[in-house]
Parts: sequence; C-alpha cells; structure tokens
Amino acid sequence: MSMHYKKFPRAVVVAILAMSVTMSIAQADDDRDERYGEKSSGKNGGENRGKPLHPAQTNAKFQQECSTCHVAYAPGLLPAESWRKVMAGLDKHFGSDASLDAQDNKEITAFLVSNASNRWNASTAPLRISEAAWFKREHNDREISPAVWKNPQVKSPANCAACHPDAERGDFSERNIKIPK
Amino acid sequence: MFREFHVLGIALVTVAGLMAQPAFAETPNEILASIQKEAAGTPGLQEFSVARGESFFKTKHGNEWSCASCHTENPAAPGKHAKTGKVIQPLAPSANAERFTNPKKVAKWFKRNCNDVLDHACTLQEKGDVLAYLLTVKK
Repeated sequence: MSMHYKKFPRAVVVAILAMSVTMSIAQADDDRDERYGEKSSGKNGGENRGKPLHPAQTNAKFQQECSTCHVAYAPGLLPAESWRKVMAGLDKHFGSDASLDAQDNKEITAFLVSNASNRWNASTAPLRISEAAWFKREHNDREISPAVWKNPQVKSPANCAACHPDAERGDFSERNIKIPK
Repeated sequence: MFREFHVLGIALVTVAGLMAQPAFAETPNEILASIQKEAAGTPGLQEFSVARGESFFKTKHGNEWSCASCHTENPAAPGKHAKTGKVIQPLAPSANAERFTNPKKVAKWFKRNCNDVLDHACTLQEKGDVLAYLLTVKK
C-alpha cells in the first residue's frame, strides 16, 4: 500500500506537466494575437471569440444534437446572447427546422450560455458565426482567396471542417489548417 | 490504489452506458404498427402503400427540397445534407439498424423534415406510407 502512495503523486505530476505543455502549444497562436492589444477591447470592435472555445467538460446532449447537420460549433465562438437567440429560434434555423423538445432545448441552452465567449465586449449578438468581427478578420480576402469559398468541397463558411480538420474539437489553430485544392 | 480506481471506474462507465440506452427501443415494424394504431379511425385513411410512400419520398412538395434531396433517391445509401454537406447515414433500416428504433428520434425528425419539405406536419398516412416504403428498400 505504501508503495502505491509513493507512486501516485509522481504520476499526477507527470500528467500535469504533460497537460500544461500541450495546452501552451495549443494556445500559442492566440497568444500571438494578444500582443496587438486585444485586451483593450479595441480589436474586432469587442466581437472576440472566447478562450477556451470548448469547455473542459462538454455536454453529451449538445454534442449529440448539434452535430447532426453540421459540426458542433464551439460555444466560445459567440456571446451568450447569440446562443439564447439561436436556441429560441430552432424551428427556423437558417432555413431548416431544427427544433428540439423543451427539456433538451433548456439543457443545451444552459450549456451554451455558460460557456459562451468570455472575451466578447460588444453589445452585438450575431446569429451567424461568420458575421462576427473576429471571424471576418481571420477570413478576409487577403487571408482566404474568394475562390476557396467557391470550391464545392468548402461549399459554405458554415463548413468549418472543410479547412479546419479538428473543428469538432474546437481546434482552429493556424498550424492545423488544410485548404482543399 | 490506482487499480481500485480502475475497477470502480469501469463499473461506473458500464452502468452509465447501460442507462444511456434509449428506454423505449423498438423495431421499425413496431414503429409502423404504432403509426397504424394512431391513424386508425382517421377519415379517408387508406392502407399504407409502398408505391405512394416512394413517390412521396422522391417528389418535391412545393418547397425547394424533397426527402431525396438529402437522403438521395436510394435510401439505403448514405446521403448528404443539402445545405451543409454533412454526411447523413442511410435511412433504410436494411442498411442502418439504428433507424426507426427510437420513437423520440422518429418524432423529432418527422417534425423537422416535414416542416422543411412540406411547410407543415406530415399526416399519419404520409408517415405510414413512407415507412412502409423504407422497409421494402433492400441494401
């Protein structure tokens, strides 16, 4: 038993070290942005996506229900008010009926609202992620040629996974982009 | 200590997994029977028809999409969401054993898709016809 006690903390230390290394790699991209004064809320007019994009603890209902027709967009991509509006209008969800029963709707809304962007300082609340200022800036014509959007493999800005293979996990890092030819 | 955690953890995961099974798992034939039962007594009700179901499935009903727009003309093949392009697993029970086994899911999707294709709910006749058709589609 005493041997187990000695082993246990070492394993934990190793795990924590490994986690912190991977986390700092994953966040390196975003941190580079921050040097340009993001904290002053000036950048993107306050329409900034959150950090982290996906909470450590996800929600099974959200994963299941929001990934049937499109990738489950990370809650941190929009502010809380946007999610409230989206979830209140699911019967007319961008041209499709995506309604849920009241109980599922309530549970998913709560999850989205409590994990919404924590860096959104503007009073705006767009329904489309592609209307957010941070999105437009990251995908402007100099970054992404208009031809890319016309590629049938991309089809629509809603199709994150066309170029961000790990969009489902909330990984949109610059290092992990594959634009289809 | 670790080992004890493992055993407990596996036990918990197993129990949770069992509980996550849909409480009212049914077969597609049972779902069809329950549509039949619910429809009984509706004025003008006809016996469910495979041919009518197939034609309903493949025809547009005033809107931009038919059922086949996303599920394709062959419901035993994978489809693609007409707007987002996301892959949709086959709809025919012969090709996808999960289809029409969970009444809650069946109700959710009939509501959504009938609204998209027809702009209103489907009648029990239409649901019965379509399911009768889907049950005849071979893999």
